[in-house]
Amino acid sequence: MIKFTNVFKAFPKGGLALKDVSFHIAKGEFVFLTGHSGAGKSTVLKLVYADEPVTSGEVRVSGFNAADLRPRDVPMLRRRLGIVFQDFRLLEDRTAEENVAFALEVTGARRSSIAARVMRVLTQVGLAAKAQAYPRELSGGEQQRVAIARALVNEPSVLLADEPTGNLDERATRGVFQLLRDINASGTAVVMATHDLDLVRQAPYRVIELQEGALVYDSAVDESRDQAATP
Amino acid sequence: MNLTIREALLAFRRAPLLSALSVTTIAFSLFVVGLFGLVAVNLQDALRGVAERVEIVAYLLPGTPIEPITLATKDIEAFPEVQSATYVSEDSALARARAELVEFRDVLQELERNPLPASIEVKLRPRFRDADHVNDVAERLRGFGFVDDVRFGRDWVEKLDRLRQVAAAVGLVVGAAFAVVAIIIIGTTIRMAVLQRSREIAIMRLVGATNGFIRRPFLLQGAIKGMLGGLVAIGLSYGAYTLINRWLIQASFFSNEQAVAIVGFGTLIGLFGSAASVGRHLRRV
Ligand SMILES: Nc1ncnc2c1ncn2[C@@H]1O[C@H](COP(=O)(O)OP(=O)(O)OP(=O)(O)O)[C@@H](O)[C@H]1O
Ligand SMILES: [Mg+2]
Repeated sequence: MIKFTNVFKAFPKGGLALKDVSFHIAKGEFVFLTGHSGAGKSTVLKLVYADEPVTSGEVRVSGFNAADLRPRDVPMLRRRLGIVFQDFRLLEDRTAEENVAFALEVTGARRSSIAARVMRVLTQVGLAAKAQAYPRELSGGEQQRVAIARALVNEPSVLLADEPTGNLDERATRGVFQLLRDINASGTAVVMATHDLDLVRQAPYRVIELQEGALVYDSAVDESRDQAATP
Repeated sequence: MNLTIREALLAFRRAPLLSALSVTTIAFSLFVVGLFGLVAVNLQDALRGVAERVEIVAYLLPGTPIEPITLATKDIEAFPEVQSATYVSEDSALARARAELVEFRDVLQELERNPLPASIEVKLRPRFRDADHVNDVAERLRGFGFVDDVRFGRDWVEKLDRLRQVAAAVGLVVGAAFAVVAIIIIGTTIRMAVLQRSREIAIMRLVGATNGFIRRPFLLQGAIKGMLGGLVAIGLSYGAYTLINRWLIQASFFSNEQAVAIVGFGTLIGLFGSAASVGRHLRRV
């Protein structure tokens, strides 16, 4: 599904953001991406959704090779992904419903099918009642739910979330996290970058930790080795 | 397609000020180009009017019998450059002088002998009304034995030639300069519109919009702005024309085709201006 092989990423200004990173995320997995600020979490996600070119190594995402993607393949790749950010990135002058519908319209979906699909995901994230609200009329947690609904409406096989709870209080954080778990339970893989170690400890999911651009811990690899090592 | 139109129109509602600014700048740029066009159109008309009067007159020796003159007039009319050749007898020359020179009517009335020679008046076809052809025809007229003298405003014809060239050159240079300025200004206002919506464009790309999809509403919007600008420019030009006509000089306005061309030009500028701005923006991010 997502496979990094010996990936290096250097930014034109600045040093190496990723150094020899390799991992494989399977269909339907839930993975935490952790590490200190500046460790390279966002960079990993940017390589996945082809926002940045790969410097060297191979990045495969659901059949696409992100390392040598033609520019016109980028939108096709992104339609298979759902992406959620810390700052929500909603359009301020559109209602919740319109924000979600926007992601479908952009792909040229049939108009007749859009309204029903939008209502279905808004119901899934628990915001059906606020479909007509504008972002400024919604709380942070509610705005993030709209963003998640927008990410889900194209039925992606992977949901990428870059610190989705970074701007939320504890209650809203728990709600959004539970929503992501539900989404994962229904079969969608989730890759979530976060600093929130409480959240990470709470759930029995795979953890990939970065430190200054290097992968220093991957529970899927290290725990099985630990188990093999302990008698 | 529906979606493109909806998004393009939505942009007018979301950013009415910027949209109005774009339309106004396009309108004024085209207005200046249009004013210059009006001057050119009227100058052309004036020059054509002047050129109309380019005439060569061959004065005949007194006492020439009428038959060779009639034959010669036919010959002259057969010259490829010549539009008409008219024989004016001594008597009709006098009659015309009496009619035209009212102040001297008494003097002319009292004449015992007609002092005016007979002549052949030659008019050239429009495209031969320049110094070279006029000289050429005059030379051929001198070849007739009974022609005493050939007259035409030599300086005048040459000046007309130069005026034509200058008018064409200045028209081309100034028109092109204003067109370039218009394109730059329009490109800038559309660039502002693009920057204002850069967040929206970023989000569109994130959810998988193709560049073509993102570009289309901007192109439509640019074309609409250009067209509106063109229409306003025609309106402004018409206002200016009306004022000039009433207070200054009798002038003529654009033909329908020229008006349509200006609106079309505005539309194209809007289209290409936005294509360039959006294209640059999409390549950069
Ligand atoms: N566009 C860029 N140009 C230059 N350097 C960059 C760019 N983006 C990121 N970097 C650098 O790459 C490194 C990794 O950044 P990244 O955003 O991936 O960190 P992060 O783990 O997401 O941090 P945070 O938890 O603060 O979001 C940092 O040193 C950062 O300065
Ligand atoms: Mg980050």
